[in-house]
Amino acid sequence: MADSKDERRPAGELEASVMAALWAAGVPQTPGQVQQSLGADLARTTVTTILTRLYDKGVVGRCRQGRGFAYFPVQDAQGLTARRMHTELDRDNDRETVLARFVAQLSPDDERVLRDLLEPGER
Amino acid sequence: MTALLLLPLLLPYALPALARRALDRLAPMTALWAIIAVAVVLAVCSLAALGAFVLTGLLELPVFAALGELVHPLHTASDVLVVPAAVTSVGVLAVCAATLVRSVLRQTRAFRAARTEAGRAPAAGDLCVVDSPRADAYALPGRPHRIVVTTAMLRSLDAAEREALFAHERAHNDGGHHYFLAAAELAAHCHPALRRVRATVRLAAERAADEAAATAVGDRRLTARAIARAALAGQAGGMERPDFVPGAATGPVPRRVQALLSTPRVPPRAAPWIAALLIACTGVSCLASTTGMLDFHHRVEVAQGEESG
Repeated sequence: MADSKDERRPAGELEASVMAALWAAGVPQTPGQVQQSLGADLARTTVTTILTRLYDKGVVGRCRQGRGFAYFPVQDAQGLTARRMHTELDRDNDRETVLARFVAQLSPDDERVLRDLLEPGER
Repeated sequence: MTALLLLPLLLPYALPALARRALDRLAPMTALWAIIAVAVVLAVCSLAALGAFVLTGLLELPVFAALGELVHPLHTASDVLVVPAAVTSVGVLAVCAATLVRSVLRQTRAFRAARTEAGRAPAAGDLCVVDSPRADAYALPGRPHRIVVTTAMLRSLDAAEREALFAHERAHNDGGHHYFLAAAELAAHCHPALRRVRATVRLAAERAADEAAATAVGDRRLTARAIARAALAGQAGGMERPDFVPGAATGPVPRRVQALLSTPRVPPRAAPWIAALLIACTGVSCLASTTGMLDFHHRVEVAQGEESG
């Protein structure tokens, strides 16, 4: 298990994935829950290690839950910094010119086409 | 010969259509390189042509003729053409310079500020999460590279789709796509026709990142789904959105999704033609502006009495 594809990814990428899972969940998550929601071939010990590292950095907080800890994203100083940065970029309407944005605005036509395209694959 | 200098000014009008075809027929990364290279060359050539018009006009003035040590009057087309051409060129160049400087200053300022903020906080790997009800994600290049994603975006995708999104943004950062976008932006300020090339460059960069993401997660369908769902989530945010042209052709997002859902094609036979056209476009532009400049230089030397007409 220690040699699966996900175990060999750079630590930074794993941290990002775990952090994203915590934010997406919305409620404090145990390492087991994070492992499950990631659905990847990550060992639970790996998830625990990553969560501990994130906790040490002060990016996530934790609370006791049962015999272990449940982790949640910290929203204070770090969240504020991120927000300030975001606002800085958002101020100019032409933010698009410097940044490669994941998705652009859609026209109603686009929306319809996309829904049609999603239909066959959508659960 | 003055007419030759008009070519570099007219050729950029052919590029938007050519660029769109190049993106359809070439691999995204190849198309990105080709389009941006041609756009930059055409921009430089058109500026050079304008510069030549200005110089010709200036040397008509006695003061500058004396400065240029001209002993004979400069042999040019009639003054009726030269003077208005020079005056227009000065105006156009001034506008170009002003918008160029303004755009560069504004963008670097916003970018610097964002980087400073991003560098201040500890992060989970390269991920920077913004708590916002609006689904949005972008790559923030720099040292180290960052990926900025809003909580709304994270919540609207499942774990596998989030990985596809991260892979897409990392591809932007690793591929240095922001350099291409910046170059397209600068070129757009040099010639109005190049403004329409920007959207194609943007789409080419997105397509390149999409393909890289599909390779990284090993699933084209999943990548396509992530993009489509992210786009739809962005709409559901209910934020104000800029006016769009009603009845506009299919926008960039459906095209990206469609490209991922269709099996990757072998390059069609038109690809060499497009490449040849792009190269021809660049070549003609370079040749015309160089010949125009050389001719101008020759005429100046004749006027300086160094060479006989």
